[in-house]
Amino acid sequence: MISKTEITAKNEAFLRRITELSGVSITRCEQCGICSVACPLVSGMDISPAEMMRTVQLGQEEVTSTKTIWVCASCFTCTVRCPRGLDPSKVAEALRQIELRKAIDYMDISTIPAEEMRQLPQIALVSAFRKLTG
Amino acid sequence: MKIPYYPGCSLKTTGKNLEVSAIAAAKTLGIEMVEIPKWNCCGTVFSLTEDDLMHHVAPVRNLLRVQEMSGNGSVDTPNKMVTLCSMCFNTMKSAAGRVSRNAEDLVKINSFMNLEEDYKGKVQVLHLLEIIRDMGFDKVKEKVSRPLNGLSVAPYYGCMLLRPADIGIDDPEDPTIGKDLFEALGADVVDNPYKKVCCGAFHTVNDKSLVADLGYEILTRAQKAGGEAITTSCPLCAFNLDNRQKEISAAHPEFKQMPVFYFSQLMALAFGLGEEECMFEGNYVDPRPLLKSKNLL
Amino acid sequence: MSEVSDGENERIGVYVCHCGGNISEVVDVEAVADFARDLPGVVLSRTNEHMCSELGQKQVAEDIAEHKLDRVVIAACSPQFHEKTFRTTLSKSGLNPFLLEMANIREQDSWVHHDEPEKATQKAKDLVAAAVAKARFDTPLDRRSIPIGKRVLVIGGGIAGIQASLNLGDAGFKVYLVEKEPSIGGKMAQLSRTFPTEDCSACILSPKMADVPANPNITLFTNSKVESVDGYLGNFSVKVKQKPTFVDPVKCLCCGACEEVCPVTAPDEFEAGLAQRKAIYVPYDFAVPHKYLIDEERCLRLKRGKDVCGLCIKACPHDAIDFNQKPRTQDFTVDTVIVATGYDTFDATKKKTYGYGRFENVVTALQMERMIVNSVQGKPLRKMGKRIAFVQCVGSRDEQVGNEYCSRICCMYATKMSQLLKRSDPSRDVYVFYTDLRAFGKGFEEYYKRAQDSGVKFVRGRPAELFEDPETKKILFKVEDTLSRQVIETEFDLVVLSTGLVPNPGTKPVAEMLKLAKSPDGFLQEAHPKFKPEDTLTEGVFLAGTVQGPKDIPDTVGQANAAALRAVRLMNQESYSMEPLMAFVDADSCDGCGLCVPACPSGAITLEAKKARINEALCKGCGSCTAWCPRDALDLHCYSNLQLAAQIEVALATKKKNQQRILVFADDMTAYRLADNVGTARMSYSADTRIIKIPSGSRVTPKLMLEAFSKGADGIFIGESEKKSSSYPHSLAEIERNVARVKEILTEAGIEPERIRFSQFVTVMLAGFVKQMNSLADFCAWSGSIPASKRKVVLKDLGEKLFARSGKESAQI
Repeated sequence: MISKTEITAKNEAFLRRITELSGVSITRCEQCGICSVACPLVSGMDISPAEMMRTVQLGQEEVTSTKTIWVCASCFTCTVRCPRGLDPSKVAEALRQIELRKAIDYMDISTIPAEEMRQLPQIALVSAFRKLTG
Repeated sequence: MKIPYYPGCSLKTTGKNLEVSAIAAAKTLGIEMVEIPKWNCCGTVFSLTEDDLMHHVAPVRNLLRVQEMSGNGSVDTPNKMVTLCSMCFNTMKSAAGRVSRNAEDLVKINSFMNLEEDYKGKVQVLHLLEIIRDMGFDKVKEKVSRPLNGLSVAPYYGCMLLRPADIGIDDPEDPTIGKDLFEALGADVVDNPYKKVCCGAFHTVNDKSLVADLGYEILTRAQKAGGEAITTSCPLCAFNLDNRQKEISAAHPEFKQMPVFYFSQLMALAFGLGEEECMFEGNYVDPRPLLKSKNLL
Repeated sequence: MSEVSDGENERIGVYVCHCGGNISEVVDVEAVADFARDLPGVVLSRTNEHMCSELGQKQVAEDIAEHKLDRVVIAACSPQFHEKTFRTTLSKSGLNPFLLEMANIREQDSWVHHDEPEKATQKAKDLVAAAVAKARFDTPLDRRSIPIGKRVLVIGGGIAGIQASLNLGDAGFKVYLVEKEPSIGGKMAQLSRTFPTEDCSACILSPKMADVPANPNITLFTNSKVESVDGYLGNFSVKVKQKPTFVDPVKCLCCGACEEVCPVTAPDEFEAGLAQRKAIYVPYDFAVPHKYLIDEERCLRLKRGKDVCGLCIKACPHDAIDFNQKPRTQDFTVDTVIVATGYDTFDATKKKTYGYGRFENVVTALQMERMIVNSVQGKPLRKMGKRIAFVQCVGSRDEQVGNEYCSRICCMYATKMSQLLKRSDPSRDVYVFYTDLRAFGKGFEEYYKRAQDSGVKFVRGRPAELFEDPETKKILFKVEDTLSRQVIETEFDLVVLSTGLVPNPGTKPVAEMLKLAKSPDGFLQEAHPKFKPEDTLTEGVFLAGTVQGPKDIPDTVGQANAAALRAVRLMNQESYSMEPLMAFVDADSCDGCGLCVPACPSGAITLEAKKARINEALCKGCGSCTAWCPRDALDLHCYSNLQLAAQIEVALATKKKNQQRILVFADDMTAYRLADNVGTARMSYSADTRIIKIPSGSRVTPKLMLEAFSKGADGIFIGESEKKSSSYPHSLAEIERNVARVKEILTEAGIEPERIRFSQFVTVMLAGFVKQMNSLADFCAWSGSIPASKRKVVLKDLGEKLFARSGKESAQI
């Protein structure tokens, strides 16, 4: 069954918000799909980076509940390959920030074994906290 | 050359072998790395949202320390600093770029820090590899006393040394700085088609298998290309590619473990420095058997 | 040209038009006429219901005869409507037509200040006074006339250059066609078939190529470069250097004996590097001229010396090999030039992620063209395999390689080659990976459908990176089908990169010689995107084909035909007449400092005997040089220093206490017409404005601006044409420079620098113009009047302030 999707002024406001947060001219994305196949982590995502860009273009807030935005590791491969000079990694960051600023964590620190905590480099822990906790 | 050096957190713990070998190798080349006093964590990742100034305070505070050093004569490279960790390099250089381009941000951050001296936005953040390249690889060659002949090395660059393009130290799609360095050290350099692919970064904290999958691809491609060891400049890449070989082996029993060097360890080795400078005991997969088999130890 | 008028003893007639109420319902025209009567030099002043009517014109003619008028000022509608009419009236009455001035009191007064009749009347008086003041310094001028002949240089022998040359040769013009390669024909000669009709490219091109040397009016130089072009329309002197071929073209009968013995092989350019040729070779079987030549870069004897090799000399039965040939230089003069230097294909090695040059099974589209041609002829150049992929937009629409533009032909050539491949062997899998399939031309959409019918699969998504299987050498990649949102991993025997078009590197020196501008995409800039797409801003120089931007063969041929016509339009006249608008030099004041020489974008100024000299044929009359002259020796006809100074002074003279005046300098091409359009739309803006027409904003020198401030101006606005559609694209930078200077000096004098502003316009920015006018007027009102003490200091030590610095700058040039 194909459900009907509504697009309203709310969608426009969401697009505007992400555009401002990310500083990326999201409406310029032409959907070539290069970011999706440049992405080393795409196989772990539920929607591709290009689809993420598209949903933001359409202002669909549901994109913040995708796994994709949390899988993105900000490796900037999409950034250096986008033929339109866009930066999808900044868009993913903006989408994460929308969630994280509600003080929602995407990672539970208490589940990391103490042994592992000792071995992990500090930069792994700090960046994980920065990227995945609010 | 006497240059302010920003170590960052991991260089004092899991990446000690990077720090020790790099400082020693740099010294051989006449680069004295002077640790920045009272440095603080750079924040590890550069904050990517437009409105988030707060997270740039930490890296900018370090830049201010460099500015102070330039003023008090403790170094001879005004307004330049060197880093070793790729992540620190990327974060610091990105933050330096943002405040130097955006006067308003600089004013806000300065008023927030409220220190005696304002940061003037002039510090240039360098990676040690850049400084070496600019000196010329011929200089490196001159210092080699133990050429790494017969050792097949696959340079791995990862993300933070290359991307985004305005931050990276080499062509983001066709980097050669590693190849040039290791060739100068006498090693056989092989090309790993996955040399620029992300290691999985911080996902190592809560998604080991994702990191192991990527590591498997990166390492086996290097092996297919004929590499016996790979190199990195980042303590997080090193952890994911080296320590996570435990998980890779668990998932792929046929996988042959391979050593992961810091670029600086190979420099120290080739410059004839001792084991205390090379610090191979800090590596997870012990590289010493391989080196012994090549008569390099 | 005659002497500059001294502004004394003139006999000026002033006519104020009612325009059937259009003016007189707002402006008190009688009061304006009365006011004008007392202005210096005015001997009569009348009003008239319709000046443009026959009666109005007759009145002027009678007055010229009866009252010995020697200047006429008409206050009426915008000069764009009837300036020509009145110039003719003056001519017929025996007065030089350039002794006319118009005051625009309709579009720029009564129609914009309809709610403020008193202010409108005051403004009309000021505008008439300014026109009278300008008229006093009018000098009789002649239109410039340049003799012009029937000779044309065509640079580039691809299809564009061939088409233009044949047209011109057939029409009886003398054509010099210069091609840098050993054969004419260009890229079209290499193509398999042409889309969408699938004509064999070589078959339709080769007869045209053969027509070139057969045409008695065409002199063909192949293997040649244009070394220099100097001069101007009607008088371009050209130097062409022809490289030696080392084979006597008369003796060579193309038997091929030399080629057989030549020991050197080199990549064959014609086969896009997929085959080898010898160092002595014929470019290809239908090359024109079809003669052997020796590749200087490859030949052992030419590289290493006389004692080496020489096998071809011995092998040639006709004694045609001549290693003593030297480069030949030819000089000739032409009247017009057509630049048809074409394009180059994007260097695919620059797109590093696609591995071209590293992976043996990644080829370019041009290579595929050659593979198809050779397969059809039964001698395949290389293996193709069963699975073939085309990747679109390689080097086009890609900011990562610095090319933002669409190359316009790749969609269709991929559509063509994919279906040729599929139809010739239906067992092949042929894919096209694209982002947007652009089938815009005649028959293109239908042709695209035919490709789809043939079974070619079009996938909407492009790969990010190609990988080579180390063992099978097949090409692996991932691509997102953005229509189904699936990430597909796939493998191909051959990947064809649909490389885009980039400017030909050979164009650069030609563009520099002819002073042609580049558009942001790097291709050459046409004079006007809509109405002059073949012209350049250099008079007499035209563009044909892809040198101006990517295009397909029909568009190229169309532009070549048009360029030929544009050249004929000029060459069919015995002489070419130009408006008298041009710079002139007051030789007594000029001290030969030379600052103006590099400042002229047209290269119209030279120093001769330590005096600046204007080349009348090259000067375009922008007037920007006047701002560079420290001694006011450079001046501009129609807008002289004296005239502008007088207009400024008079426009400010009637200002009363508590009033303010904004001087608006509006460029003729855009800002002035825009102000007219605002009037036609009956919009309103501040009545404190006084518009002065200029050819270009760069004519307003810092000195004039500062004089205006010293004499009572409260604000200055400069309106200029948008850079990309301007006849004077350099002007904007000049205005920026001049305004920055003035701002510094104002700031030093304690006057708000925001009182001077400038803006680029297009003629439809009505609201923008109104906003800018009001905003400046509001700012001046808000800032209050400028005290006389501050006004006094702006002109102090002006020469030093303005030129001490610019002298240094010019030293840096």
